[in-house]
Amino acid sequence: MKTYEEINAKIEARKAVVLTAEEIIDYVEKKGIAQAARDVDVVTTATFGPMCSSGCFLNFGHSLPRMRITEAWIDDVLVYSGIAAVDVYLGATELRHNDPANTYYPGEFRFGGGHVIEKLVAGKELQLFALSYGTDDYPKKELRTYFTIKDLNQAIMVNPRNCYQNYNVAINCSDKTIYSYLGVLKPNMENLGYSSAGQLSPLLNDPLYKTIGIGTRVWLAGAPGHVYAEGTQHSPTCQRGDNDVPMEGAGTLGLTADMKKMKPDFVRGVSLPGYGVSLAVGVGIPIPILNEEILKYTTIRDRDIYAAVIDYSHDYQYRTGKVLCHLSYEDLKSGSVTVLGKEVKTGSLSSYTKALEIAQLLKEEIQEGEFFLSRPIAPLPREQTSKGLTIREEKK
Amino acid sequence: MNRKRVLFTFPAAMVEQPIVYHLVKDFDLQVNIFRAKITPEEEGFLLLDLTGPEEVIAKALDWVRREKVEVKDSEIGLRWDEELCTSCGNCIPHCPTGALLIPDRNTMKITFDPSLCVECLSCVTVCPFGACSSLF
Repeated sequence: MKTYEEINAKIEARKAVVLTAEEIIDYVEKKGIAQAARDVDVVTTATFGPMCSSGCFLNFGHSLPRMRITEAWIDDVLVYSGIAAVDVYLGATELRHNDPANTYYPGEFRFGGGHVIEKLVAGKELQLFALSYGTDDYPKKELRTYFTIKDLNQAIMVNPRNCYQNYNVAINCSDKTIYSYLGVLKPNMENLGYSSAGQLSPLLNDPLYKTIGIGTRVWLAGAPGHVYAEGTQHSPTCQRGDNDVPMEGAGTLGLTADMKKMKPDFVRGVSLPGYGVSLAVGVGIPIPILNEEILKYTTIRDRDIYAAVIDYSHDYQYRTGKVLCHLSYEDLKSGSVTVLGKEVKTGSLSSYTKALEIAQLLKEEIQEGEFFLSRPIAPLPREQTSKGLTIREEKK
Repeated sequence: MNRKRVLFTFPAAMVEQPIVYHLVKDFDLQVNIFRAKITPEEEGFLLLDLTGPEEVIAKALDWVRREKVEVKDSEIGLRWDEELCTSCGNCIPHCPTGALLIPDRNTMKITFDPSLCVECLSCVTVCPFGACSSLF
């Protein structure tokens, strides 16, 4: 048994023993759980992939004369300005003004909110165009200017839903191509799309949220950040394997961090043909090895994590609940799987390569005494489902 | 037998010359066209592989140049930018020849073998990060 304080003291003394969620598997196999729980202080987990529920709050500072911005666009992408005078929220999936979307199907969606966020973090110059109705104290009604992230007072990423614990595998049983957020799905189950870092993924290494909670310190695209709330659609009550690992979406995290400290390699705009734009974000979460039970959960392997294969030509749209089969991440990562007797090629939206890189970077930061762990200030809910939306008549 | 990839650029006035016919008929070369844009009264291009004995290919290209067609050695017209690629793997089931490949399923890192690329451009459409682009 170890405490957060003991682990942080070892980190400060640069004596913490840190392994990635991949390395811990072999380590425990060699040394056994009891010995490994004594030896290892921290296991680093990570993921990198499109996370649509991402965005950021920006503060521009006040112009001369002052302007209470009521409508604004950054590089022609609409931002939400229904908050204080020069604060805006820029969302990852917002399209660029005049993007034809799917008018000429399938749309290309080459640039949108996610790409603006990528440019911001990369330090590139952006254009702000803003309008206002004008008030006595904020007389200016229109402005166009250019800025980089350095010119902003604050640029704080606030992502309402990141790090889905597990995710659907999308396949297309119809005879027409489907353009989905899990990739272009060819007809007749020619290919499938999945998105998870599997054995490296944060919430798959802590399936019952024993260490990851509200207030947990996280590595968000290279910046120190934290879990500020349960993620939207957090629904831990679901089908789980004997190892407690969910076989469907399940838990999610709301994450925040200072964008001025982020690394551009881990904040990337995403274009999904026929679907839209998004933002790929890299997240690393350290798991403190407080006891053997917590350690055991981190030894999960791809072959023991299953995802549900869903038909995205019908069953997804109409929420039928039909699952064609379950596949392990070991099978999904092999490149070819069998679904309903047919050989199907696999493609991924989440990058395991990047997740490995993040787990390693976070490991090094902890070893070098630069990143400390925090005890959650509140646990994530462990019993909860996600409601659907009922479309109904107004109550009389 | 040698194989050489070349890019022919036609001046606007030249697009009606049956270049490929002569390459096959007069020089007995195997011609594999990857991409072409031949529009009357505009500049056009033809990207192709020529297969045959080295000296015959050289002779054929001399003839093409004499016909006022610009000849350039070409790499393939598909560019894979390793810096932009995140190795997500979304392109893998869409690449028909395995030019985009994950050689090591432990690291899942993507590599690109230009010699296998047939320039179908599927990857240009599906890459979420704009890592694949067409030079033409």
